[in-house]
Amino acid sequence: MRARLLTRLASAVLVLAVCCGVAPQASAADTPDPIADAKAFRDYFTKKFPKVKLEDFVNGPYSMNEDMYRQWEEKEQFPPYEFALEAGKEMFAKPFKNGKTYADCFANGGIGVRQTYPIFDEKEGKVITLELALNRCRQANGEAPYSYVKDEMASLTAYMAFTSRGKPMDIKIPNDPRALDAFQEGKRYFYTRRGQLNFSCATCHVQSPGERIRAEVLAPALGIMNAMPIYRSEWSGMGTTSRRFTSCNSQIRGVPLEPQSDEYRNLEYYLSYVSNGLPISGPGARP
Amino acid sequence: MRVRQYPIGPVVAAMLLIASLSCAYGEGSEADFKAAYAAADSAEKEAGVLRNQWTTTESTLAAAKKAAEAGNFDQAVALSKEAEALAKASIFQATSEKDAWKALEIR
Repeated sequence: MRARLLTRLASAVLVLAVCCGVAPQASAADTPDPIADAKAFRDYFTKKFPKVKLEDFVNGPYSMNEDMYRQWEEKEQFPPYEFALEAGKEMFAKPFKNGKTYADCFANGGIGVRQTYPIFDEKEGKVITLELALNRCRQANGEAPYSYVKDEMASLTAYMAFTSRGKPMDIKIPNDPRALDAFQEGKRYFYTRRGQLNFSCATCHVQSPGERIRAEVLAPALGIMNAMPIYRSEWSGMGTTSRRFTSCNSQIRGVPLEPQSDEYRNLEYYLSYVSNGLPISGPGARP
Repeated sequence: MRVRQYPIGPVVAAMLLIASLSCAYGEGSEADFKAAYAAADSAEKEAGVLRNQWTTTESTLAAAKKAAEAGNFDQAVALSKEAEALAKASIFQATSEKDAWKALEIR
């Protein structure tokens, strides 16, 4: 009788141990926890680069190296994105054929709202990026959408980013399982190796920021979205977030997905959320 | 001085046979190309479903087609087989990364 009781007790202890130990650990790893993820993300970079001020991470490779930082400060006197900024300001104000403007599509007339994008649209159940919102605005007003990777979109987003400069990134994840899924899918995309070179986004921007890849100094992933869109000397022009994602994929010999595909939208959502609190610095300039 | 004479007839015949066999082995026909290309294309489509195609697979497939159009089926078959191997590697990558990505995650 006593032996049976002991066996039962032992079994109960074993079940409890499994429930409280192994099983929850496995499920905890798979359960999205954006707040914990963002904290771990920030801690990783601040520990890796203790001399870099938190708000400086948004300056990408320039935050990683003193000489480059000085170059950047001088570059900012006559920034190469200035033409795009002027063009974007004009485009933003110019009415559509129906008389409405972009301001009619956004909260606060589109001024100082960039830091809230991407948003999660609970009606649609999907992530809406700023680029997507701009094209939807155009289409809703009878205009043809712009290419997501070319100059017009870069100019428009450059102007909107400029009106948000210094405002902290403020991405919300509503209490909606689809929003958590989008965050988790973005995270999965970020860490998944792809292309013939077998690189993930994290290979360059988590494991190797500050290191050189050929002539380029790799940017840290923390704050990387805050500087978008960017003027890249390598491109001799402006580039949107879509252009950055697709060209990253090509560089590792992966076939890029369609700009604004669900995967890229989720990736932008994840990367922006983990940089919450860091200031918007876009439009940026990069080597 | 007597020079020993070796019968060269069988040697020549053997060499000709080997040469003809190696030609037959190395030379791909249009049918061979079509079969090899279809296999590569099918693997690449599977990689597409997994959203993980490689640019090198695409360019190798295009090069295979170009070689076939130029009538160089030998090269076209070889390139198709290379493209199939690349596509299969990308499928393997996508499949193994379904869980492997978690190892890179910052926690």
